Amino acid sequence: MKAVPASIPVNPANGVNSVNPVIPDPIQAGLAAGWKVIDAATIASDRVIEADVVVIGSGAGGGVTAEILALAGLKVVIVEEGALKSSKDFKMREAEAYPALYQESAARKTRDKAINILQGRTVGGSTTVNWTSSFRTPTPTLEFWQKHYGLAGYTPEALAPWFLMMEQRLNVGTWLTPPNENNDLLKRGAAKLGIPAAAIMRNVKGCWNLGYCGMGCPTNAKQSMLVTTIPSALNHGATLLTHARAHKLVFKGEQVESVVCSALDASGLQASGRSVTIRAKHFVVAGGAINSPALLLRSGVVDPHGLLGTRTFLHPTVISAAIFEQRVDGYAGAPQTIYSDHFMETQAIDGPIGYKLEAPPLHPLLLSTTMAGYGAAHAETMRQFPHVHGLLALLRDGFHADSRGGTVALASDGSPVLDYPISGYVWDGVKRALLSMAEIQFAAGAKSVQPVHEMSERYTSWAAAKQAIAGLPFKEHITRVVSAHVMGGCTMSDDQRLGVVGSNGRYHGLRNLSVHDGSLFPTSIGANPQLSIYGITARLASALAQELTGRPAPRLVPDPAAS
Amino acid sequence: MKVGALGALALAAGGGLYRYTRGPGVAQRFVLDGEAKAAIDAIVPAMLAGALPLDAAARAAAVGATTARVHQAILGLPLATQKEVQDLFGLLALAPARRLLAGVSGGWSETRTEEVSAFLQDWRFHRLGMLQSAYHALHDLIIGSWYADPSTWATIGYPGPLKELS
Repeated sequence: MKAVPASIPVNPANGVNSVNPVIPDPIQAGLAAGWKVIDAATIASDRVIEADVVVIGSGAGGGVTAEILALAGLKVVIVEEGALKSSKDFKMREAEAYPALYQESAARKTRDKAINILQGRTVGGSTTVNWTSSFRTPTPTLEFWQKHYGLAGYTPEALAPWFLMMEQRLNVGTWLTPPNENNDLLKRGAAKLGIPAAAIMRNVKGCWNLGYCGMGCPTNAKQSMLVTTIPSALNHGATLLTHARAHKLVFKGEQVESVVCSALDASGLQASGRSVTIRAKHFVVAGGAINSPALLLRSGVVDPHGLLGTRTFLHPTVISAAIFEQRVDGYAGAPQTIYSDHFMETQAIDGPIGYKLEAPPLHPLLLSTTMAGYGAAHAETMRQFPHVHGLLALLRDGFHADSRGGTVALASDGSPVLDYPISGYVWDGVKRALLSMAEIQFAAGAKSVQPVHEMSERYTSWAAAKQAIAGLPFKEHITRVVSAHVMGGCTMSDDQRLGVVGSNGRYHGLRNLSVHDGSLFPTSIGANPQLSIYGITARLASALAQELTGRPAPRLVPDPAAS
Repeated sequence: MKVGALGALALAAGGGLYRYTRGPGVAQRFVLDGEAKAAIDAIVPAMLAGALPLDAAARAAAVGATTARVHQAILGLPLATQKEVQDLFGLLALAPARRLLAGVSGGWSETRTEEVSAFLQDWRFHRLGMLQSAYHALHDLIIGSWYADPSTWATIGYPGPLKELS
């Protein structure tokens, strides 16, 4: 790990900093070296492309799959709805980053608009904008899948080599820099209460500890798909098609023959009227757990048991804000470096809903829109911005009969809509999570705590908070619920009554269609899902490469340039 | 103010009527017309009370700049969402719907901030989820546009990102 620069070198002659030129931009370098990248917004007529494999989506699942297949010598085309951006574009400004890099300007919502969903929409998908938290799939989650979905091959032991390979590939490691105050308060508060908390592994290399992971890493330290697997795939001859929305799969018997993509205009909002048709031997859907089921639904794919799009999970997430005497500066320093699984591990996975605690980054747009209320009270909270501490609880949905998640369906224009009713079972967890977070914040020395709920106040003691939270009504709209992890919808099980995709990632009833993303998961993960997607899709893609080439799949290794 | 099923009907009809007056329902970009602009200009001072500058001229300039940024933010949303926002402002432009649903009897430009504030509070806790979500849309668009702008950062003690890289 490189040290954080103590000062930024500025040329005294002209006042221009000399940092930008020394941050290598692998995207610009690759483009200069002749990568095959087609911006569909610029095409003047319809196109047809031939490939061995089309990978639809360039996020965690698509990136890993594309690299493995390209290294195996297959002709790969990657389709991405968003634009190709690079570190030169990442200016750490929310007003620019959210519209450019996220689905629906980071304001994607469930059908009733009660849950706001953060999902990436750019080359690299959500990995380009995530907060770097890396966890292997928890053992209780895998045990649940084995027991209830027949996924006998999904044991911690069987997956360990795949997680290890991806951890090495993406430099996932222990973060040795001390946590920022926002995270340290979680650690100190939990310790006061005897609640175990630990450090989060991160996929970074030479991280500057800036704290702006969510707006695209300006120094290329984050080992997202954008700077790892996608460049590697392109170096091995893959083609990247951007500003292209996979509209429909075209079938011939039990085979997918082609995928028809709508070219978008440069704004990414409107179809340009041009299309790109890609014919291939095999098709991998990796558009994430809202767009993947939507593509399959638009295509009219076989679904005899009506499962497609169902069991979509969100890790419904609630937030508690506190104010401290000292500065917290939640915008500065690596986000989410400390976590606690205490409230997941102290009860059965299929008992009352468990939740994971983390400390998210606090930036003005995200915090101000998250905080409830308006006018003078809201402005007063914002004036204390440097003293605000934020905790979040992500709820482990999908492990109980009363937590069946949501359903992806299509709007009249063919776009996906996720209906996610929040059950009483989940609301019970919301209440317990808000209580836990407030208690930890007071234990850490908070002057006041305000759970993010339209009817909550700023409580100045744990006793007052405890009493008030217990009495709050928990309902849609008045309780702020968000999500950054969408999972499920293309459930994986070899039993066709339970899932639409087999344990090998192949869609049931079609010979050449795979799903490689978080939509496979039969439940939520119970942890930030990126490493689960990397490890599981690496294994699926390796088996696919072997099947398509007749040779053992290549192993992914760290970049040669790795220090 | 209590609005029941009649209110929901009016909301749906208001949006539909507004779309009808604007032509066929093909998703298209949001247009900040006179009444929508008047509504945002009137809602901004209520949403941002306590954050806007006190000096009258500075305040008017800040409101105008915020409305322009809200406009830009709306233009970055999917076209289907832009249409929903257009319908919302179309509804707020129709005098009967404005009276019934928002309790605002005159035109937006004559409405006092206290009246707007009361309307926001009503929608915030409304029993119709549709109106609650409309409140949240206004909340996020206006408050987000305000605090995303570097000109407001000094007021909240935010130094902004590392200048050499931003």
